[in-house]
Amino acid sequence: MEAGKNYLVGVFEDPDVILNATKSVRKEGVKVHEVFSPHAIHGIDDALGYKMSRLPIVSFLLGFTGTTLALFTITWMLGYDWPMIIGGKNFVSLPPFIPVTFEFTVLLAAHGMVLTFFVVSDLKPWGKPKRFDMRCTDDKYIMAIDLGENHKNKNEISKLLSETGASEVNEKNFE
Amino acid sequence: MTISEERFEFTSKAKRNLAILLVVGIVLLLIGIFSNMGGGHGHEEHAVLQTSSQAHLVAFNGSEGEHAAEAGEHHETATWLKRLYADLWINNVFFTGLGIIGLFFVAIQYASQSAWSTGFLRIPTAMANWLPIAAVLMLAVFLLGKHDLFHWTHEYLYDKSSPEYDPIIDGKKGFLNLPFYLGRMIVFFGAWLLFFYYIKKRIFAEDIEEFGVSRWKQIRSSSAWFLVFFAVSSSIAAWDWVMSIDTHWFSTLFGWYVFSSWWVSGLAFIALIVVVLKEKGYLSIVNENHLHDLGKFVFGFTIFWTYLWFSQFLLIYYANIPEESVYFIQRLTTGQYRPVFYINLFVNFVFPFLFLMTRDSKRKLATMKIAAVVVIAGHWLDFYLMITPGTMKYEGGFGFMEIGTTLIFLGAFLWVTLSNLSKHLLIPKNHPTLEESLHHHI
Repeated sequence: MEAGKNYLVGVFEDPDVILNATKSVRKEGVKVHEVFSPHAIHGIDDALGYKMSRLPIVSFLLGFTGTTLALFTITWMLGYDWPMIIGGKNFVSLPPFIPVTFEFTVLLAAHGMVLTFFVVSDLKPWGKPKRFDMRCTDDKYIMAIDLGENHKNKNEISKLLSETGASEVNEKNFE
Repeated sequence: MTISEERFEFTSKAKRNLAILLVVGIVLLLIGIFSNMGGGHGHEEHAVLQTSSQAHLVAFNGSEGEHAAEAGEHHETATWLKRLYADLWINNVFFTGLGIIGLFFVAIQYASQSAWSTGFLRIPTAMANWLPIAAVLMLAVFLLGKHDLFHWTHEYLYDKSSPEYDPIIDGKKGFLNLPFYLGRMIVFFGAWLLFFYYIKKRIFAEDIEEFGVSRWKQIRSSSAWFLVFFAVSSSIAAWDWVMSIDTHWFSTLFGWYVFSSWWVSGLAFIALIVVVLKEKGYLSIVNENHLHDLGKFVFGFTIFWTYLWFSQFLLIYYANIPEESVYFIQRLTTGQYRPVFYINLFVNFVFPFLFLMTRDSKRKLATMKIAAVVVIAGHWLDFYLMITPGTMKYEGGFGFMEIGTTLIFLGAFLWVTLSNLSKHLLIPKNHPTLEESLHHHI
């Protein structure tokens, strides 16, 4: 079976139940694609076995780009391209540049993180986000399991999900 | 539960090490004093410096510089003694800060009903035991060295017939006069100590009483009152003890600036003791999650300090009003303070900002230890830079005397903290938020 096409979706009623279910399902050797929840569940990333997020690195690089770009631009503009006397200071004087640099760092890091979020969660214009069950934005907790990535067959996993507390188990196929 | 019976033992080995630290400090201080006494040599140097740095001298405190030259006849304190007073004052202000931050940290935790810190709350409580000693030292050093430390204490400044009459300082007489100044100092320390003993008594009463929240509620409300009082008193203390050294100069955010410096170094000191105790096998319930939060505190308030530092610097730099910019000209144009100025910025901002940025560096004992030591040393340097140029002028320096006095203070402070830490259970026994602290996870 091809990966990323056929999924089994367990629907849970309670955050604690899905937290424990995630642990026991993974203990059985089943690879969990993702867990969806209307709110943050404490400890779910450990239960899913997530390693350190790479998001901080992206954030740092974006911020660093902002710092260098701002310093370069303002130095070039006020120092070389169109020097202006402001307050009798040197053309290139670092202290007044710092607030702009700071703001630009924050701007690039913040907006860049929003864009990064869009890209990694398939919300980019050409992306097709997988919607497993819309009730996970309301009151249900969803565990999606990619059948193409697992050795166990559909019935086995379905049984496992029901045993660990899923109120219903649905199949979801994507083109 | 066995963890709640954990006790810190102030071993004879630890005592011996601290005693060595004290002795080394005293020896270094004596070496420093003797090398500074050095007969007329110092005076020659003084004269040379005076002529060679004429341009700086004008910048140095403006009219105050002239006063210093003229007022030379009024009081002739030896350079080494003046320097000793300045060093004592730097360390007094710095370690008073560490002590009061201990109480402030406890108060913040109670007022905000925090649970994450409960496991190591006995450490800041122990640090605040330095306060009574700090109060005595502060009064003593002020009374002994007031004329050398504080320009405004000279009476001829207020005498209209005197050639050194200073209308600016005379205008500040309503606030900067000896009775009011001493009164403020006594009231602040007195109130801090009252709050401290009130809170401390109830904290330790909890260990032997039945489980309940009555004590906790008492501490919480007194903590809230303390925080209100501290907000005002820390600011005024900063004007009194640090800003009034440069009597002509003023900065409206100076109170916050000193507070932020105290706060970061206090947090780093708590983190350092936590790390050292963890390494010795104590504090079993404090894990990397608690340390992570402490690290975030140090990291965050490092940036807060920088924010205040920069807010103060940028406005003065940009407006370029002589009476304001003189403060930075003193620190930026003289050979002995210029490096300190930049080192201060590097050690207190650039290094902790980059070093503590990653999650791992805040969660590991070794990295937190490095960061804490650097931040503590850095903020000591910050106080050095606030106090020395104003008191010592161009005669200031950094040598054995500074290191010696600091080691003596550090040894004494650690001794007081650790001996008080060993007197009670290391982990609060019946604390209402202890259970929550055990499950702290981030």
